[in-house]
Amino acid sequence: MHQFEVQTIWDGFSIGGHQIAFTNSAAWMCVTVLALWGFMLMGMKRQVVPSRGQMLVENFVGFIDSMLAQNVGKDGKKYVPYVFSLFMFILFANILGLLPLGVVGIHPFTFTSHFTITGILAIMSFSIVLIVGFWKHGLHFFSLFVPHGTPLWLIWLIPVIEFVSFMVRPFSLGLRLFVAMTAGHVLLKVLAGFVINSSNAGIVYGLGIGIPSFVLMIGISALELLVAGIQAYVFALLTSLYINDAEHLH
Amino acid sequence: MDPAAAKLIGAGLAAIGAGMAAIGVGNVFGSFLEGALRNPGAADGQQGRLFIGFAAAELLGLLAFVVAMILIFVA
Repeated sequence: MHQFEVQTIWDGFSIGGHQIAFTNSAAWMCVTVLALWGFMLMGMKRQVVPSRGQMLVENFVGFIDSMLAQNVGKDGKKYVPYVFSLFMFILFANILGLLPLGVVGIHPFTFTSHFTITGILAIMSFSIVLIVGFWKHGLHFFSLFVPHGTPLWLIWLIPVIEFVSFMVRPFSLGLRLFVAMTAGHVLLKVLAGFVINSSNAGIVYGLGIGIPSFVLMIGISALELLVAGIQAYVFALLTSLYINDAEHLH
Repeated sequence: MDPAAAKLIGAGLAAIGAGMAAIGVGNVFGSFLEGALRNPGAADGQQGRLFIGFAAAELLGLLAFVVAMILIFVA
């Protein structure tokens, strides 16, 4: 589908036969970072009596802060910058991709609907877990695969299951965000196709199928906004849970 | 059976998985609400677990969607 196509904006250069181009995906990542920057600037004045913008930013920071305090505890404080950037980046990307800017000729590109991007984000979280785990606990980190109270006669089975469930984490983390965004955009596209095709087929079809589809589209758009928030939240929440595993083992 | 037809039928069957995940997600939120109405004071503290359960149930539905997409576009 056209909205998922990565297009080259600037040809860039090539390293070792691979072309490193500036694509619309990269362009929208820059837009996301700029929007996030602008958003954060609203709350960086450190007024004693916060303005509206500062209240908004403080609420978001406090939300991530309390999430890490709840899930990781005291040690979670040092991960607030990472999890906060992750959450806001995904949230802004999801919402920017939903904006109806196509009306004015700018076609938003939801880069979170590509597994390359969400996969890299998941790998970043996963490598933080690995680095922190091995840094803090050394080889003792492998005791993660043997939970407390494992019966001795199951010692051959439980570590295997735990290992598989551990290794599957980056995939499920990246896949969830990618599929949720792709599915939402495909759904909106299909409904938009209903509206256009039924309107072209005549007034009876247009009124009978087009209008209900359009109403449904409005509802689904609201649902997609919710999903955009929930997926960003779930990504940050699962990251903090995995960090908790690395910090405290089981 | 024609392989192309079998692929499309398989993709359609994958929609069952999406429906099952819908039951699962509904169950997660329904049970949460049931518990939350009995003890509203404890509800706020369980929001994280609510979303973990939601994420786990939702992932399986999304995997069904991935299977359908792979069957139609890749396989």
